[in-house]
Amino acid sequence: MQHTSTQDTLVGLFVASGIVGLFFLALQVSNLSSFTEQDSYTVTARFENSGGLKVKSPVSVAGVKIGKVSAISFDPKTYESIVQLSIDSKYNTLPDDTTASVFTAGLLGEQYVNLEAGGSDEFLKNGGKIEITQSAIILEKALGQFLFKSAEEKK
Amino acid sequence: MDNSVSPQNSLVSVQNLSFSRGNKKIFDDISLEFERGKITAIMGPSGTGKTTLLKLIGGQLFPEQGAIVVDGNNVHRLRRSELYNLRKRMGMLFQSGALLTDMSVFDNVAFPLREHTHLPESMIRTLVLMKLQAVGLRGARNLMPNELSGGMARRIALARAIALDPMMIMYDEPFTGQDPISKGALVHLIKSLNTILGLTSIVVSHDVYETAAIADYIYVISEGKIVGQGTPKEIEQSESEWVQQFMTGAADGPAHFHYPAKDYVDDLLSTGKRY
Amino acid sequence: MTEFLQQLGKNTRTSFTKLGRGTFFLVQTISGIPSVLPRPRLLLNQMYSVGVLSFLIITISGLFVGMVLGLQGYYTLSDFGAEESLGVMVAASLVRELGPVVSALLFAGRAGSALTAEIGLMKATEQLSGMEMMAVDPIKRIISPRFLAGFLSMPLLAALFSAVGIIGGQLVGSGLLGVDEGAYWSQMQAKLDFHDDIINGVIKSIVFGFVASWIALFEGYDAIPTSEGVSRATTRTVVNSAFSILGLDFILTTLMFGDK
Repeated sequence: MQHTSTQDTLVGLFVASGIVGLFFLALQVSNLSSFTEQDSYTVTARFENSGGLKVKSPVSVAGVKIGKVSAISFDPKTYESIVQLSIDSKYNTLPDDTTASVFTAGLLGEQYVNLEAGGSDEFLKNGGKIEITQSAIILEKALGQFLFKSAEEKK
Repeated sequence: MDNSVSPQNSLVSVQNLSFSRGNKKIFDDISLEFERGKITAIMGPSGTGKTTLLKLIGGQLFPEQGAIVVDGNNVHRLRRSELYNLRKRMGMLFQSGALLTDMSVFDNVAFPLREHTHLPESMIRTLVLMKLQAVGLRGARNLMPNELSGGMARRIALARAIALDPMMIMYDEPFTGQDPISKGALVHLIKSLNTILGLTSIVVSHDVYETAAIADYIYVISEGKIVGQGTPKEIEQSESEWVQQFMTGAADGPAHFHYPAKDYVDDLLSTGKRY
Repeated sequence: MTEFLQQLGKNTRTSFTKLGRGTFFLVQTISGIPSVLPRPRLLLNQMYSVGVLSFLIITISGLFVGMVLGLQGYYTLSDFGAEESLGVMVAASLVRELGPVVSALLFAGRAGSALTAEIGLMKATEQLSGMEMMAVDPIKRIISPRFLAGFLSMPLLAALFSAVGIIGGQLVGSGLLGVDEGAYWSQMQAKLDFHDDIINGVIKSIVFGFVASWIALFEGYDAIPTSEGVSRATTRTVVNSAFSILGLDFILTTLMFGDK
């Protein structure tokens, strides 16, 4: 009987450590702790060009992640890109004249939506719209413009 | 065929059984009767499918033709649960003992009781010790199967086979590879269990002397046919060459020393192909 | 030529009949699971031999794989000045691929081969046959508990492998090579998604555990009951499990991460 009870203890330890491992992966390794979808609100922003933005790209204010891109679609009338931002409801005090821009993290990093708070007293609500947007900087375009400019200056 | 065993009193009856493995015919339309309360032996040279016959009776193999009736049930017509219920009343002693190697002797004998009954552990202990006492190995209860000699393993397996108080036991080559003392012990056990518990026993063996000592009735099988049957005395006096060769152990006779082959001289002189 | 075709036909036929037997065996095994549940002792004993005895090899391998990933990842990433992403690289490789796959391969080698040998020997020594004659279904009594144990242990082992590996990567990355510890963890948390990465990794390991246990038990049950037959079956278990795990990993990866 002594033998079986040590065996039981070892099985118990094994199962417990496996579950601790799973929790570790869920809480420490992934984003489960930092952001869940249940308590968030959605606002839309229209961009002339959303560049390399993808669903699940981060949305941040002043360098802090407050949400993520939940959908990207195309408006065939205005030829604009409609980006839905899902923002953690903790951050419900964003002014309604907030600016959204598509930035790149580092030179080759991924693209994200950066919000810059305005001065309005009204806050963005669920289903609200961000009016002022700035498109992604397309590297090829920027380079092209730069080269074109410097060529003109040489003339 | 002259049937000196009356079918009415037989517990197991094999009727016109045919079975083959691959292209080899193991049984060719044979019929046997096993009388209640008696020890019936099946004898024959190795490779005649004696073990196969036990597996057919236990319902582990299916015959091509014919039927096997155990206590009024056609074994191969039963539903799975009915077959399992029937098997609880059939004990089988395998040649190797077939003890479960990860359990002690005690747990091995307790195994069928724990699987099939809801008896309290104290009752199981009593029953197991009784069964072990019957085979004379009560003192070996804490050993593991790998610590047992072949003869002890068989006796433990016998204790396990009688754990559920079956109506019959099938012994598969119980004497093979045993020293004379173990053989003696097993002969004594089979005989006394049969009398005390009122069992019906089927013994499959090619050990002429031991089997003749305990059997009430003997069938001699060779090449799928019954070549002789009767009480040990009748068998000894049989005029059949087959039976005589088997009982006396002559090297050549109706059962040839040589495996079938083409003519020896022709074979040596033939050239060409490798075989 | 005809000989070749004949051989091909014969091989095809034998592999199909084997697949058929295997499927039948799996159905029987799964339908035996309900009879295991009222007897947790059977399951517990198997969790011990399948799970606990694989614990050491899994955690040690996980630690070393994580440390190597940390080292190699650092050298590559530092060329681009992206050492901060080391955590993402280590964690994503472990959680998505290496954790489930390598732990399943180790599981097949450690627990799978042991299961095949055990069942094969039980068959060779007539223990399974003996059990049948005692009116005990060997599938329900012997096979199903082992299957359930393998199937339940695998995700736990894979999670342990990944967790230990990520810690190993951090030990090398920030302990030895000077990657910022905060960046290691925060980048990882920002990039790895609970559903897409962790859950998918767990699903993979469940599938692998299912397949590896099935193969190991079936090869043992189907083995030719001689010592040579059992040793061949053990080899087949390791080879077939490895092929199935790697093949299934490709299919699962395409389904799970294909649309990115």
